[in-house]
Amino acid sequence: MKAYEKHVAVKDVSFEVPAGSIFGLLGPNGAGKTSLIRIITTITRADEGVVYLDGEKLNSRHPEEIGYMPEERGLYRKMKVGEHLTYLARLKGLSAKDARAKISGWMEKFGIEDWWDKKVEELSKGMQQKIQFIATVVHEPKLLILDEPFSGLDPVNTNLIKDEIHSLRGKGMSIIFSTHRMEQVEEICEHIVLINKGENVLEGKVSAVKDRFKQNLFELEYEGELPEGLLEQATVIHQKPGRLTVQVAETAESNTLLRAMLDRGVFVKRFQEILPTLNEIFIRQVN
Amino acid sequence: MDKLWLIIKREYLTRVTRRSFILATLLTPLAFGLFFVVAGLIFQYESDDSRRIAIIDEGNIFDRSIKDEENLYFKFVDTDLETLRQNFDDFDYDGILVVPKVKDVMATRHTIYYYADKQPSLDIDALIRDRVRGQMRDYKIEALQLDPQQLEAIDTRIELEPEPIDDESTDASKLTGAIAAGIGGVMGIVMYIVVFIYGMMVMRSVMEEKTSRIVEVMISSVRPFQLMLGKIVGVGAVGLTQVAIWAILIPIIILVSSLLFGIDSSAQMEMAQQQPGGANFNPEDTEAMVALAIEEFQSLNWWLILPMFIFFFLGGYFLYSSMFAAVGSAMGDDLGEGQSLTIPITIPVILAFYIMIVAIQAPNSSLAVWSSIFPLFSPIVMPARLAFSPPVWEVVLSVVLLAATAIFFVWLSGRIYRVGILMYGKKVTLKELGKWLFYKD
Repeated sequence: MKAYEKHVAVKDVSFEVPAGSIFGLLGPNGAGKTSLIRIITTITRADEGVVYLDGEKLNSRHPEEIGYMPEERGLYRKMKVGEHLTYLARLKGLSAKDARAKISGWMEKFGIEDWWDKKVEELSKGMQQKIQFIATVVHEPKLLILDEPFSGLDPVNTNLIKDEIHSLRGKGMSIIFSTHRMEQVEEICEHIVLINKGENVLEGKVSAVKDRFKQNLFELEYEGELPEGLLEQATVIHQKPGRLTVQVAETAESNTLLRAMLDRGVFVKRFQEILPTLNEIFIRQVN
Repeated sequence: MDKLWLIIKREYLTRVTRRSFILATLLTPLAFGLFFVVAGLIFQYESDDSRRIAIIDEGNIFDRSIKDEENLYFKFVDTDLETLRQNFDDFDYDGILVVPKVKDVMATRHTIYYYADKQPSLDIDALIRDRVRGQMRDYKIEALQLDPQQLEAIDTRIELEPEPIDDESTDASKLTGAIAAGIGGVMGIVMYIVVFIYGMMVMRSVMEEKTSRIVEVMISSVRPFQLMLGKIVGVGAVGLTQVAIWAILIPIIILVSSLLFGIDSSAQMEMAQQQPGGANFNPEDTEAMVALAIEEFQSLNWWLILPMFIFFFLGGYFLYSSMFAAVGSAMGDDLGEGQSLTIPITIPVILAFYIMIVAIQAPNSSLAVWSSIFPLFSPIVMPARLAFSPPVWEVVLSVVLLAATAIFFVWLSGRIYRVGILMYGKKVTLKELGKWLFYKD
């Protein structure tokens, strides 16, 4: 729990981030995401409750094992890129030599080797974002927390960072990914937690969450006429010639419906379950 | 500790390698040197103005003899005033001085007349009056039939020589007070400037970190307190570096420029003291005094004064810059909005400055004594008193109090800072800052 004066920002949140997975931390504005992240990154302390990292209670050594890219981020404008990255890496406990070697590696990977002596203020916002990403991951943290990591990036660089996130996950890094962009969550995350007003609303694997919120909607495309009485057990949501959206009481009934259609000689071109998007779930749960 | 050191190093190195820092550090002594040279030339300049003066000595007080002054030539004339005045342009005189007869030898006032197209300048006015007064004195001595030696004996010059009450205390000479006041004044002013320049530097830098949002990145690696302390120490080291460079360069530049331009600094002092109509100044006295001053300057206990000065420098700097850091953390993107928050900090600094000015005149007054112990004033007032060798217990008490208060204020500011740097878009009042003190981590 975390309370500020008369306002409780994080009330009752609990979730587990599986090691080596990408975890989505979702919630509307003011849900308490940032307050929660600040607790995890040891910036602030929880008034009540504990955070475990790798089975160990959060302590003062842990900041070096965490990489945090805040939503509101910046760099020292007058510093040179190489110096700046070395400074941030050393604050995370790397030796000067290690820091330089690792930073060079990353800069090479991003094709920006020649930026070492450039001043930060000479870079565009998107370019600074790349530097920021390197700063967050250069010390090879166990836990990576990314708050809106793609804001301000063009599609090419978004993909570049996305690929890096996946490859870091492959190396065993656990990644907490916080964003409002649900399509990104759907694309990237395996697990999510949704918090609202400082409390857990739902948590689990993305596929399981979707499953839980499905409304047994099916969309089908066919040719020819639909026989009378076929749709007695289903509710028609939407109907157009050759296309139909129906809701059934239980998932199993979809099979009955399909079989009936086939039996009655309807030519079925497509029969598909419609799962809710995370966006829909989010909106439904938050309101 | 390692991280604190990294932060200090960055804060220090990024500042001292900045072009603006190098320029300011080198140009300020040069500006001082330039000021010194220009001031010297100005003081030397006024004697360039040469004058020829005709004297009509009606009472023959001068007995036709008068010593020419540098740039000032006197000539006794017998022509009557009217002729001289009407043909003023034909004669090559700059002025006509009429010294009337002395009617009453006992009179203490005598008016002489100076006719010229231009008003006499202040120094010429003083010179003429000085000449005539000296001559008038000799004239009266003769007229009254006085014994010049006896007369001289009447005028006794009193010198006050301060002596210690017990044998242990060091013997002070008559110049100790003046020298101590000079050194004290310089130290007090340096402290005042240091607190403002470097305190403000800390504040601006904290604000920059907050508005550029770098602070969010930083505090995921280091504690806010480390970040604040690192900045204060780093900027303080920059301040010490700059002051040390100035302390070395300024005297060198002044020395070099006075050699190059042949400016005699004692001449400046003399000129400054020789107010129009003031007492005359004996050049031999000046030399003796300069020698005495140098001796006095060397006899001061520098081994105590310098370390103490550095201590008060650091104590005052930590005390005030931590408050500036706290205020900087509370300010948003708008410098003007937070300006009112700096007022409570600047008021004691300005008060201390005024007290310091009084303290160098009366270093043992109770105002000076208590202000040099009170920690908000002591960083500025105590350095000003140090050269007057204040009692040991006062210095010790002042040091202990300042150290404790500085540590307390750094801690206090740290508590405000850690809340302030994460707070955006809120108009902050003093009351709000007070509340932050009691926030939990």
